[in-house]
Amino acid sequence: MAQRIDVKDLNVYYSSFKAVEGVSMAVDPRTVTAFIGPSGCGKSTFLRTLNRMHEVIPGGRVEGSVQLNGRDLYAKEVDPVAVRRTVGMVFQRPNPFPTMSIFDNVAAGLRLNGEKRKKVLAERVEKSLRGANLWNEVKDRLAKPGAGLSGGQQQRLCIARAIAVQPQVLLMDEPCSALDPISTMAVEDLINELKTEYTIVIVTHNMQQAARVSDRTAFFNLAATGKPGRLVEINDTDKIFSNPTEKATEDYISGRFG
Amino acid sequence: MSALTQDTLSPAPASPIDKPSAGRAIKDKLATVAVWTAFGIAIIPLVWILYTVVDRGANLLFDPHWWTNSQRGIVARVAGGGAYHAIIGTLLQAAVTAIIAVPIAVFTAIYLVEYGRGKLARTVSFMVDILTGIPSIVAALFIYAVWVTTFGLERVGFAVCLALVLLMIPVVVRSTEEMLKLVPNELREASYALGVPKWKTIFKIVLPTSFSGIVTGVLLGLARIMGETAPLLILGPYSKSINTDLFGGFMAALPTMINQDRVESYDPALNRVWAAALTLIVLVMVLNIAGRVIARRSKVSR
Ligand SMILES: Nc1ncnc2c1ncn2[C@@H]1O[C@H](COP(=O)(O)OP(=O)(O)O)[C@@H](O)[C@H]1O
Ligand SMILES: [Mg+2]
Repeated sequence: MAQRIDVKDLNVYYSSFKAVEGVSMAVDPRTVTAFIGPSGCGKSTFLRTLNRMHEVIPGGRVEGSVQLNGRDLYAKEVDPVAVRRTVGMVFQRPNPFPTMSIFDNVAAGLRLNGEKRKKVLAERVEKSLRGANLWNEVKDRLAKPGAGLSGGQQQRLCIARAIAVQPQVLLMDEPCSALDPISTMAVEDLINELKTEYTIVIVTHNMQQAARVSDRTAFFNLAATGKPGRLVEINDTDKIFSNPTEKATEDYISGRFG
Repeated sequence: MSALTQDTLSPAPASPIDKPSAGRAIKDKLATVAVWTAFGIAIIPLVWILYTVVDRGANLLFDPHWWTNSQRGIVARVAGGGAYHAIIGTLLQAAVTAIIAVPIAVFTAIYLVEYGRGKLARTVSFMVDILTGIPSIVAALFIYAVWVTTFGLERVGFAVCLALVLLMIPVVVRSTEEMLKLVPNELREASYALGVPKWKTIFKIVLPTSFSGIVTGVLLGLARIMGETAPLLILGPYSKSINTDLFGGFMAALPTMINQDRVESYDPALNRVWAAALTLIVLVMVLNIAGRVIARRSKVSR
């Protein structure tokens, strides 16, 4: 189920502004890859190219290639909508659909993609909520609005919503930055469980978090403001945090800048 | 240290938790008075109008015949009859206007907010602005020119509706646009990220999220056109009889009923004028309340 990602020489633009330059990396199935780096170096921008969310922004475009199990996501015949069904995404701020109940939030992706069978929906909602470690907390109030949950619960609801459509890759953009430490722990535990089934890429500002949850870590940086962000190095997380190859990486993780 | 010594000797440096200085307190009072005065001035005519209309018109509204009978065969000197012919005319015209105008307006707003980029969108937006500024009599004359002068058709209720459509569209476009813009982009992105196509995201996520706001906008638009008189004067001559055929014969409406008898000198006719005015106010209010209730019920209960 989980799939590998290969990125080659990717440049990412906002209209004429080149935000990210020359990124190449490989992400293995069933691993967690963390993106770290100072603000504005293009982590979110790059992450969003992995499920073609970048082009939703007016003027957003890319050069280079992103392959999912060998298929180029940006090939002409590829439908971006189908790509996003395969590569799910969790956002920085929890964003449950405000008009929908907890159940409907999780079922939204399936329903909107045409699944109508009640039994299938109920099963998948339960499975996803269990998968997101939220089932026990909400099983008695599935009909209540999703927006009524706490921030941490909302974020896990959003994760449940994302895995309910059974993607093969899960992208997370600072999923814990709006959460308290307890909820953060809950989400980190969840990431550890999810990686047995999914390929996970997570952007984080928190280096301890990167060290705790990820197998591989990619460090992004930018030469100067207004210059495009670049991938400085990607390696096993242990290696990055104990013995990075690049000087810039070492400076960043030891807190000398960023 | 007493306040006196503090004032006369060394004034303590102002700290945020000190009481406001005398100057600020005066300014605060002045601003409060100004705001309340403005509020009072604004509210006086409103209360006055409401009071007068209720005072002089309420009587007839409690007469059941008011809601069931027309004015057929009733002259100015005589009390009696009702406003059914005008109420049904106003409601029918409003309903048909909404049925035509709302889809056009909502789709236009969706285009402008969700799809519109570049020249076409700017042109459409500009057109809506122009439409907003068109006086109702001009809209009415335009429809007259098309309907009567060009096509040689009779003046009927539907022609009134067409003029009202022109007046309602810009109101609903603008309010719907505002409501769609209020929907956070994050919700659209959350939906896209589930592999939901854009059009489905708009219809299943964006529109439901902004539904209550859109309904409110539609109701404000309706409220505006229900009292609109110029199109009626030009395209919908008054009739004392009940006519529910939008394509045949003259059709009464509350504004033309009011206009018909307002110059009469006989009390029965004048009473009916006030009652018709009150009826129009009540109708608009009922619509507003109904809309709010619908809008509230559409949200998931907490
Ligand atoms: N919607 C946008 N339009 C134009 N420029 C953007 C947009 N979003 C981000 N950028 C720019 O792209 C660069 C990378 O931003 P981002 O990917 O958000 O960085 P990070 O997630 O690493 O903090 C920044 O210079 C930012 O100003
Ligand atoms: Mg970011």
